Amino acid sequence: MFAYYLDLALRSLKRNRMLTALMVLAIAVGIGASMTTLTVMHLLSGDPLPGRSQHIFYPQVDASPAGYAKGGPLDMLDYRSAVDLWSAHRADRQALIAGSDVKVRAPDAAVPPLMVPMLATTSDFFAMFKVPFRYGSAWTAADAASRARVAVISSDLNDRLFGGADSVGKTLRLKDSDVRIVGVMDAWRPSPLFYDVRAGRFAEGQTSSFYDKPEDVFMPFFSGLEANDGNFWQFTCWGKVATPGHLQDAPCAWVGLWVQLDSAAKVTDYRAFIANYAQQQKLLGRFSSTQTRMSSLIEWLVFNHVVPSDVKLQTWLAFAFLAICLFNMIGLLLAKFLRRSSEIGVRRALGASRGAIFAQCLVEAGMVGLVGGIGGWLLTLLGLWLVRRQPVEYADLAHLDIGMLGLTFALAVAASLIAGFLPALRASRVAPALQLKTL
Amino acid sequence: MQIKPILSALRKHRLSTVLIALEIALACAVLCNACFMIFQRVSATHIDSGVDETSLATVQLTGYDSTQAADVDARALAALRSVPGVESVSLLNSVPFGSRRGTAGITTDAAGEHFGGVIEFYVGGPGSLQTLGAKLVAGRAPQVDDFHAFTGFMPDEGSVQITQALADHLWPGADPLGKELWVLKSHYRVVGVLKKLVRPDPTGWPEQQREWSVFLPAQPGPYLTGSYLLRASPGDLPRVLRDALAAVAKAVPEVVIDRENSHAVAELRHDVFKNDRAMAGMLVGVIAALLLVTALGIVGLASFWVQQRRRQIGIRRAIGATRGDILRYFQTENFLIVTIGIVLGMLLAYVLNLLLMTHYELPRLPLFYLPIGALVLWGLGQLAVLGPALRAAAVPPVVATRSV
Repeated sequence: MFAYYLDLALRSLKRNRMLTALMVLAIAVGIGASMTTLTVMHLLSGDPLPGRSQHIFYPQVDASPAGYAKGGPLDMLDYRSAVDLWSAHRADRQALIAGSDVKVRAPDAAVPPLMVPMLATTSDFFAMFKVPFRYGSAWTAADAASRARVAVISSDLNDRLFGGADSVGKTLRLKDSDVRIVGVMDAWRPSPLFYDVRAGRFAEGQTSSFYDKPEDVFMPFFSGLEANDGNFWQFTCWGKVATPGHLQDAPCAWVGLWVQLDSAAKVTDYRAFIANYAQQQKLLGRFSSTQTRMSSLIEWLVFNHVVPSDVKLQTWLAFAFLAICLFNMIGLLLAKFLRRSSEIGVRRALGASRGAIFAQCLVEAGMVGLVGGIGGWLLTLLGLWLVRRQPVEYADLAHLDIGMLGLTFALAVAASLIAGFLPALRASRVAPALQLKTL
Repeated sequence: MQIKPILSALRKHRLSTVLIALEIALACAVLCNACFMIFQRVSATHIDSGVDETSLATVQLTGYDSTQAADVDARALAALRSVPGVESVSLLNSVPFGSRRGTAGITTDAAGEHFGGVIEFYVGGPGSLQTLGAKLVAGRAPQVDDFHAFTGFMPDEGSVQITQALADHLWPGADPLGKELWVLKSHYRVVGVLKKLVRPDPTGWPEQQREWSVFLPAQPGPYLTGSYLLRASPGDLPRVLRDALAAVAKAVPEVVIDRENSHAVAELRHDVFKNDRAMAGMLVGVIAALLLVTALGIVGLASFWVQQRRRQIGIRRAIGATRGDILRYFQTENFLIVTIGIVLGMLLAYVLNLLLMTHYELPRLPLFYLPIGALVLWGLGQLAVLGPALRAAAVPPVVATRSV
């Protein structure tokens, strides 16, 4: 029966090409617009560390004077608290991070010196965040302890300086010191760049910079601070900084701490640990408040409103647009089905049940949806191409994956079935006697 | 034209009428709000910076230590001043639409209890305020002995020029001259008021905060270095900047020229508003697609009705209705449906605006967008129905005598 309905639908759609084309166009444009924005949404609001994010946490304590931090502890830690918490080694893995720009000269390349972003971090960083390596590996704990001048570089920087060749063991001049490359990262593009996310609640929704690429140079935390001294960025300072960029003893929040906690019990323990730490520091007179916070990775992203408000707005707009396309399609389907009232009357008189008419109409609507889905898919590809040409950090991420491709067709067919429901119901209620009389 | 027969005909097609009216209502709501957002974005890009953008450019150097600053600055300044066409060169920590370097929270009392907001400090060497071309509306410009040497991010004290917008915010109705402000323990006295001086990053701030800037005079030194403001005649500026970058590259080969941020101020401005322009462009695209889809819907339904009523049209023609009567019938019918849609749509537009206001900090929709949206949709409806209505008017009276 289904095959017969398919045949009928095809005939019916062919009979009025203009109306069919209008419907297909409406559904294609609606699906194209909403799938483009939905894909971008999906890419931007996804989990940057699937399967691991539930074990990753961002502990915060607050060393700023009373009244300085509003709405919870500051987004980053002061140097002393960060190093205290890190060196207690209470978590399964832990990584300190501090950002800066570093001047890079490759000794053997004719490339002029360039400034690239650098992350000073501890050795757990790579294992905790499952960073892929193309050549070599992360530095060892021994390297870090001996304050060795070693670095991991991004594949981008490796391409620029060494033409993509294996550069492990080569020397890079970072600011004024020679640093040995121990590892070259493979393409790694977490979306968002979660470990650098902060201050999102002050960003007025302009958070596309959270989707930037990872840093080009990674150095062990303490030797990194030495090597690029004077260039480190503060999150905020609550007192005079004698030497900007050298913040170890400055009244500034500028270091982040990420920890991995593998079980719920450990999470509870760690919360107690930082609460105790804050209590103790307050007793010592170093903290003015005992406020702490420990968000899981996803909680931290939500707290920072990572998805840019423009993207959310575009998604709403696209769905309003899809709704308009659906109303349009309902109207056209209604016209199409009721135009065939006499035909339906004959079928009913010959014994077709209301259900059969209903099913036949829905098959026709679904077919329009399927064809519209193909159009919608092409328009989504076009839309994503347009997104890739936009001047935003996440532009290079905008591609259609298999799941979203499937969703495109599912949404198209579902939308057309919803649109077809009312007209099909109407068509199935056509009174056969009345129609036969007018024949 | 009689409306009553049209209404009774519409009652026969209640569902289709409601559907098309709802579609128009949704279109009206989205159209009004999207137009408003486009206006917002476009007007944001037209923000007045308060400086002579067309004659300004900046050269940014990085990659050297503060201990080398004096030497680097001396060589770079000499090189920049030697470029033919350069009218003046001065040091300024950031420029409008460039990177921000002096963002700080201020208080209006020494105890730090009256928070005044987060503002931007333009820390500039001698001549930089004149080079910018920001207009002074009250008080005085910086004098020679206002420029203090300093360490750290900025001088601990000074006589500053603040913008009118910031003055109005901090001391509404009062004379700002002589007033004081603090950043933690650092203390500044207002000696001048600037008409306008936009923040380096206006897009990152709510509209009323975009001009919260202060000019703080300072001597160039280890922490006011490598950020130069150039002035040249507008026509000559691209050439001057190109020569300036080449001259600096030769004079201080060991530093890194930040080419991404060394541009004419007009170019920096263009880049800052890239996103807003892209969004406005997208909204225009959505509106176009929206109007197209709505028009197609009207065409489809009207064609169907015309075809369905061929016989009735024939009868009307046969008993004396002119082609004009038939044409006007369909036009009036469309007008009525669109009107119902618009009435609903205005309510919906208002609701949508309320939603946008709470979630995206969009201001209230000015009421004049509603009649504009209505006019557009009426026009669109008439345009869309014209084809089918003309076809209806062309139905010959003889159809009445045939069965369809």
